[in-house]
Amino acid sequence: MTAALAAPALVYLFLPPKVRRQAQWVDVGDVARLQLKTPVELVFRKNMVDGWKISSEKQTAWAVRVSDQKIVAFGPQCTHLGCAYHWDEAKSEFLCPCHSSVFSADGAVISGPAPRPLDRYETKVENGKLLLGSLHESSSQDA
Amino acid sequence: MRRKDRLLDWLDHRTGIETAVRNFLYERIPASSGWHQVFGSVALFLFLVQAFTGALLAFNYAPTPGDAYNSLRYILAEVTGGRLMRGLHHWGASMMIVVVVLHMTQVFLYGAYKKPREATWMAGVALLLLTLAYGLTGYLLPWDNRAYWGTVVTTQLAARAPILGPYLLRLLGSEGEVGVVTFARFYGLHVLLLPPATTLLIALHVYLVRKHGVAPAIDDELRPQKKFFPEQAFRDTVAVFFAFAILFVMAVAVRVPLEQLADPTDTTYIPRPEWYFLFLFQTLKLFPGPLEMVGAVVLPGLAVLVLLLVPFIDRGRVRRVTQRTFAAAVVFLALLGWTGLTVAAVATTPKPVVAAIDFSQPTDWMQLSPVEMAGIGYFRQENCASCHTVGRGNPKIGPDLADGGIHKTAAWMIQHFKRPAAMVPGSAMPAIQLSDAQLNTLAAFLLKLNARNAEALQLAPDFAVEGALIYQKNQCGSCHAVNGVGVKLGPPLNGLKRRRSQEWVEKHFRNPQALSPGSIMPGYRFSPSDMQTMVSYLFVLQD
Repeated sequence: MTAALAAPALVYLFLPPKVRRQAQWVDVGDVARLQLKTPVELVFRKNMVDGWKISSEKQTAWAVRVSDQKIVAFGPQCTHLGCAYHWDEAKSEFLCPCHSSVFSADGAVISGPAPRPLDRYETKVENGKLLLGSLHESSSQDA
Repeated sequence: MRRKDRLLDWLDHRTGIETAVRNFLYERIPASSGWHQVFGSVALFLFLVQAFTGALLAFNYAPTPGDAYNSLRYILAEVTGGRLMRGLHHWGASMMIVVVVLHMTQVFLYGAYKKPREATWMAGVALLLLTLAYGLTGYLLPWDNRAYWGTVVTTQLAARAPILGPYLLRLLGSEGEVGVVTFARFYGLHVLLLPPATTLLIALHVYLVRKHGVAPAIDDELRPQKKFFPEQAFRDTVAVFFAFAILFVMAVAVRVPLEQLADPTDTTYIPRPEWYFLFLFQTLKLFPGPLEMVGAVVLPGLAVLVLLLVPFIDRGRVRRVTQRTFAAAVVFLALLGWTGLTVAAVATTPKPVVAAIDFSQPTDWMQLSPVEMAGIGYFRQENCASCHTVGRGNPKIGPDLADGGIHKTAAWMIQHFKRPAAMVPGSAMPAIQLSDAQLNTLAAFLLKLNARNAEALQLAPDFAVEGALIYQKNQCGSCHAVNGVGVKLGPPLNGLKRRRSQEWVEKHFRNPQALSPGSIMPGYRFSPSDMQTMVSYLFVLQD
């Protein structure tokens, strides 16, 4: 009996819920305003699924044109412990105020305790507009 | 001393655990103890199951109106094992009522409440009332129509209580209407106040049972006492196991419905209480007008009072259970009355206007346009699923229809339906004998189908599909819109249920101008069953 109660309870608590959501692309504006190696903080709204709640929430991303062809968008949280970092224009680096992690404009860790480069959004460009998809955790091998 | 004994000894010195277990297991019980005394243990066990499953449900539950409903749907549709947890909690509640009443009946029949066990009995009656209070407060928590309307009636009833009524209503937070405040109060009662109260009362109840010992039968004094362990402990364990097996099977096999989100503007809903309160509901009907108070408050109040005072009313000496004919007659009459009232309540429940939909499952089909819904009708009629898988399932001879890649344009599909092999060389599919319009409908549905919604769309109930077929056949869509599809010449039909009664809609179908002067809608003469299906379908369309 204990097993008949405990097994479903463990499944109930530890298995992730079934996911019925699809990736959605959000238009975050013109690509043209992004200049080479100059990150811009983009604010947009996105439908977020949180448990039983679906709500339109404000999200931010740091978009950088790393080369003429390539644009990347970073998730707004430091990969160390999740603080919001910012762009230090004087030094041309991303600086995290919590534990002094420093990232380059292409997201790589320069110094500090951050274990991996900045997380990236999926990106695509359609009709001159930058579209952001879902946020993916970077691995420590990513540059 | 062996090491194990030394360890136990050490532990017992510090905690007294061994002594406690020994006292518990080797409690002396009368020689007549037997199977009839297992119900108390079963009730206690069920209480623990309720506490456990309730806590787990609370881990995924948002106790505010609206969110409560969404989170429960989340538990049912998305959380693994969530349906089982809710099933256990729901059926456990019903079962607990049954077992508590059985326990009480046994004690009553055997006269086990007699001196000096009056207090034990009274604590038991209080526990019965608490059990019912769980049922009453828990009823609101899913926040579907059933929960909402059931609670509206309950709180209005409480408001009728003499003198106390208005205060009771304020206490329940229902002065204005049943809303956030009432919800918070009910949830607070259900999870914060009742469980500790129950725990304390159970402790008192069990303490009193231990203090006075299990009530002996008349000739027990002549026979040597037994010990609780092993015989009675075994019986209790078997009974608990048996109860749990029934509960588990019910939780797995019997689906607990979830109705649509509570809608205070719904005029078609017929509220009914949980089955164990139906007799009270029916009693109320026996006292119309100013006498209502009698059925609502006076009689139930008196019944509880009499129940509490049973040990003082029946002060005779303990007698053999077989000689307690009066007690047996009381139980029999109570059972008869309860059954009669409950059956009457069930029998007089009018058939709901709108067929019940189980909202604990995905309801994606509600978003379909009438064309696509009617397509499901032809899909089922032509038995497409006998050769095709849709989404999940074992591969069949035909391709998976939820695979978006195989559907091209509607025109291509219609040609394919008519002469399958001409469009897909080598296809073994037989031609579908339907008109172009019907094939077009079928194509519309298939184009909507994908791997993500396949399962959800298959849940479309028959009445809605048939309603959509009638809708299509009569070309309602050339003047009306459903789910944004159609012509907006006439009023859109979503949310019709909120605006009009079934009677109105039926009358309007027969003679539109009588109810909407100047309307250009032609009259429709549906057969009674078509009319019912049509209205059911229209009333299902949400805003």
